Amino acid sequence: MNLSTIKQSWFGNVRGDILAGLVVALALIPEAIAFSIIAGVDPMVGLYASFCIAVVIAFVGGRPGMISAATGAMALLMVTLVADHGLQYLLAATILTGIIQIVMGVFKLARFMKFVPRSVMIGFVNALAILIFTSQLQHFANETWQMYAMVAGALAIIYILPRFTKVVPAPLVAIVVISLIAVYTGSGVRTVGDMGELTQALPVFLLPEIPLNMETLMIILPYSLALAVVGLLESLLTAQIVDDMTDTDSDKNKETRGQGIANIVSGFFGGMAGCAMIGQSVINVKSGGNGRLSTLTAGVFLMVLILVFNDLLVQIPMAALVGVMIMVSIGTFDWSSLKTLHLMPKTDAIVMVTTVATVVFTHNLSIGVLVGVVLSAIFFAAKISKVHVHSLMVEEGRKKIYVVTGQLFFASVTEFISEFDFKEDVDEVDIDLKAAHLWDDSAVGAIDKIVLKYKDNGTAVKVIGLNDESSKLVEKRAVYDKSNAKAANH
Amino acid sequence: MFNKILLASDGSEHAIRAAEKALLLAGNNPNASIDIVYVVDGDKSKADVLHNWNSIDIDQKRKEKLTFTEQKVKRAGVDYQIKVIHGEPGPSIVKYANQNDFDVCVIGSRGLNSLQEMVLGSVSHKVAKRANCPVLIVK
Repeated sequence: MNLSTIKQSWFGNVRGDILAGLVVALALIPEAIAFSIIAGVDPMVGLYASFCIAVVIAFVGGRPGMISAATGAMALLMVTLVADHGLQYLLAATILTGIIQIVMGVFKLARFMKFVPRSVMIGFVNALAILIFTSQLQHFANETWQMYAMVAGALAIIYILPRFTKVVPAPLVAIVVISLIAVYTGSGVRTVGDMGELTQALPVFLLPEIPLNMETLMIILPYSLALAVVGLLESLLTAQIVDDMTDTDSDKNKETRGQGIANIVSGFFGGMAGCAMIGQSVINVKSGGNGRLSTLTAGVFLMVLILVFNDLLVQIPMAALVGVMIMVSIGTFDWSSLKTLHLMPKTDAIVMVTTVATVVFTHNLSIGVLVGVVLSAIFFAAKISKVHVHSLMVEEGRKKIYVVTGQLFFASVTEFISEFDFKEDVDEVDIDLKAAHLWDDSAVGAIDKIVLKYKDNGTAVKVIGLNDESSKLVEKRAVYDKSNAKAANH
Repeated sequence: MFNKILLASDGSEHAIRAAEKALLLAGNNPNASIDIVYVVDGDKSKADVLHNWNSIDIDQKRKEKLTFTEQKVKRAGVDYQIKVIHGEPGPSIVKYANQNDFDVCVIGSRGLNSLQEMVLGSVSHKVAKRANCPVLIVK
């Protein structure tokens, strides 16, 4: 990258970037606090994470204009780690997540993103939305009517205000208004201050206080792997959305490495793991941000707000945050997938629903993605294993030609062999493989079996029309064309 | 008299009716050209990226939406080009219209009732208010 493109990505859109960055910072605060509460840590952990990740990714990310911070997808993965082992292990897991992501970036694994089917991605965001929503339900337990009214009020402001003005983010107005009502009526509803500590200090560099041994590694590794994969999945999806919105391209491998660096820094400064945020990135671009400066502004301004308004932040009622989180979950859910569910190919719909169900059942997005990918791979193999064999008689019934169309591999050979009639009374058989492809040993074995069986019956067989790749495989592995061949060799 | 015509379209029925009127304006004018403009906003971006494998697919899906409109224009023998722009529909159409000095902007009205209009806001209304050229809102 030369100097002028660096300058362009930083200062190509100064006014738009700074304004959008300010808007995003305001919108980030309630989310960072709420995601901390989901993870079961002090609000400062999410706020520090959002600050560190946003600032670092502004410099090292591959997608200018994308917003990364503490996210719901990541927070949901940490719940049991925090509950069982505490914050220090989470910080260590965050650093390890970063290391894994950097390794993935160095090996350019971003290209494997294309193997994650769209139906799994849709399932991913829908499951994420459902989990964010259900994670809020606990806040309603044993609550007063005031709390319910405040949630309703917050939602009303969030959805109605934008119709009149879009200058200030509606969620922020909702939080301010509901906080004011809570303070002045003295209704005594639970606040952010009741959920944990908010300190008025900049994050400082700290080594996680954990024993450095195999046992620790074994505890955090599964969490870090899940965090690394889910973080990259959401980040690369978000990058594609920002690419589309800004009609520009981005370096996905650089972004992968950048996410890793950002998470390492976050872990060392007392923050939790994070990734790119779809909602905030869309807000950023809509507000006019598309350069690195917007992400940096968001991070820095977020920290300023924490330092200046610390006393006020602790007074935010949980009800207002719950309202914001309900909005986040509604915004995350892909509603168009419900409308088009009956139009989707049936297997896609099954994959999507299975992904959602797995996540909701296991509370783990990474397991859902894994199940979804495996299931769609099986469906794909099943679909592609349909081989068509079409036969025709020529030369007055003395010769039969089998025309094979499809992919020959382990899943398709059984059906393939059953299409041949070995008992038939003909002198000659041609197997035309022009429209077929041999993929593996099973395929070669199947051809061997068929040819040798015909030979045993005294029928002359010819295999014709092999494409280059298939004939190379046949040369190497097949026995039918070598002398004294026996089918039993396979 | 109307040489440069902007036709805002999202492939909907209303937009197709607007296309018919745009062609009427262009009728018998050999100098007429139509820009078919399709605006993709943030939520649409998100949904399209989620539902398609890659940017080539997305491109194709969006062009497909305009096929009917495109065929109509093609059959009428009017010069045209398709433009996909990103942003909020109202302001984006206005910006494009004003930057490229169009002679007229043709846009379909969604026919919302007054409550829907209050909640959703009307794109055609915004365009009519802020575009520098005459705006034809087709009902």
